Amino acid sequence: MLVEEIMNTTPIHIKAEASIENAMNLIHQHKIRHLPVTDEKDRIIGIVSDRDIRDAAPSIFHAGEQKEDLQNPVSRIMTSPVITANRLDFVEEAAVVLYENDISALPVAEDNDKLAGIVTETKILHNLVRLTGAHQPSSRIEIKVSNVPGELAFISSIFQEEQINITSVLVYPGNNSESKYLTFRVQTMDPRRVIQKIEAAGYKTKWPRLPGGNE
Amino acid sequence: MKQQAAFVYSEDQLSYKFSDDHPFNHLRLKLTYDLLQKMGAIDDKHVQSPRMATDEEIGLIHDKPYIDAVKAAGEGRLSRGIANNYGLGTDDTPVFSNMHEAAALLVGGTLTAVDLVMEGKSEHALNLGGGLHHGFRGKASGFCIYNDSSIAIEYIRRHYGARVLYVDTDAHHGDGVQWAFYDDPDVCTLSIHETGRYLFPGTGDVHEKGSGHGYGFSINLPIDAFTEDASFLEVYENAFKEMMEFFKPDVVVTQNGADAHYYDPLTHLSNSIRAYREIPKIAHQLSHDYCSGRWIAVGGGGYDMWRVVPRAWAMIWLEMTGQTHLLNQPLPSSWHHSWQARSPVQLPEDWSDPSDMYPPIPRRSEITDKNHKTLNKALFHIRNEKK
Repeated sequence: MLVEEIMNTTPIHIKAEASIENAMNLIHQHKIRHLPVTDEKDRIIGIVSDRDIRDAAPSIFHAGEQKEDLQNPVSRIMTSPVITANRLDFVEEAAVVLYENDISALPVAEDNDKLAGIVTETKILHNLVRLTGAHQPSSRIEIKVSNVPGELAFISSIFQEEQINITSVLVYPGNNSESKYLTFRVQTMDPRRVIQKIEAAGYKTKWPRLPGGNE
Repeated sequence: MKQQAAFVYSEDQLSYKFSDDHPFNHLRLKLTYDLLQKMGAIDDKHVQSPRMATDEEIGLIHDKPYIDAVKAAGEGRLSRGIANNYGLGTDDTPVFSNMHEAAALLVGGTLTAVDLVMEGKSEHALNLGGGLHHGFRGKASGFCIYNDSSIAIEYIRRHYGARVLYVDTDAHHGDGVQWAFYDDPDVCTLSIHETGRYLFPGTGDVHEKGSGHGYGFSINLPIDAFTEDASFLEVYENAFKEMMEFFKPDVVVTQNGADAHYYDPLTHLSNSIRAYREIPKIAHQLSHDYCSGRWIAVGGGGYDMWRVVPRAWAMIWLEMTGQTHLLNQPLPSSWHHSWQARSPVQLPEDWSDPSDMYPPIPRRSEITDKNHKTLNKALFHIRNEKK
């Protein structure tokens, strides 16, 4: 999946010479946490977060004092240069960039740094939920398999034989390099027969166990 | 004169049948009715035949193309590919002949119960054929074609303008009903179910609280696998009571799935039959305390149809009609004579379960504690607002 499929294409943004007070109002009004800052040619030149604004604002114990500080331009407090994404980046690449830089939003830049959109941590997380299939009616089956070719294909063929539609599949690394866990979300309320078949083929499935009864 | 309770039933309801070996089997209705009859707890004057729901009524919740697809499927006119798009023709909801009529009759049964209660002809009404809480607007899911409960609630809204509290004690999350009213502040849904970590449908997290104007009016209580009576009832009673106080509904609809019992083959909760004695008792009491007794009860899941469902569902009727003294006697032997030969398991003799039904659950206190915290999280916003 590409960044352009999940990005917000009409991001709220602000001009560099606008006041901090302006930025503060935008962030409150739209309930957002990041404002890309652009120049007169709509090029991204920085980003302001709610935290930057909080640092510039007077403490609640001194509200009303030093209000003139808020009339400074946002360019005084923005982070620059700014880390951006490309609309054709994979979503997982964008996630890595967020994670490695410990940030939570990426403006999307196109020809000559023009602002094309923004992708946020929240949006990526929401997408992850969709990838796991947890938002659709389904049962979850976890299967321990050997870390060798063909295991996923074999297990999938059992679902095919049983005519059970798979909503999502995730492959988790095991505790050691010899095993993996396949996690399926399948569209059935009664997974008993398919679980039986998988176990009859010699696999271990995970299903609610007694607390503390971990294998 | 207003009667105390009505029992909506006819043998035609048994036509909602996917196949002989499908876990959802409405022979449960007959087993329950026969048990009540043989106990002398019900007679013809209590029994109301269900009516057939009209397309317009079903359309209160479901999309027309979906209704058309169900009709076509029941007449053998729907290709497999198209059927699958509507969740039909799957292992869970296979196609069977005249499935539209069968499903519409279950919906009509719940509407019959609604009219009896809302027109003041009966204080309470029970339609065990209903409770198909997984049905979606345009899709069959989890053994359910039409969502009778959602339709009934929307019907109550339109015809009687009453505010509805829906309480779902099925072991599976009442997803279809929740999503139908997720942004509606006049319908509150409360579902207590086994956590969706593994179990179908996977939703029903404590953080699902509704959206827009309906925020705060979807309550979810996902409880841990192996939860037993005491903890289940603590969560149920407190949540139900606090929601009654807070939401002040005009009528209560309870969904009475009986699949949270230890014997149930599809789920992993450890209730005994005692929970099913208490569930309707509390619903009965609260409906009198807060909404003049207006209480409509429907059935739901329950896949141990021999040992669990008939007793659990009979107890709803005995509670509704004030006949719980009959629980001091063993189950009538004539009922055993009629059914034991067909049952693959020994039918129960008593209204209680053996104390050694299952081995002690290790770390019971941990499960209880976790469920208690879930209850606090689920009700946090309600308690805050009441302060």
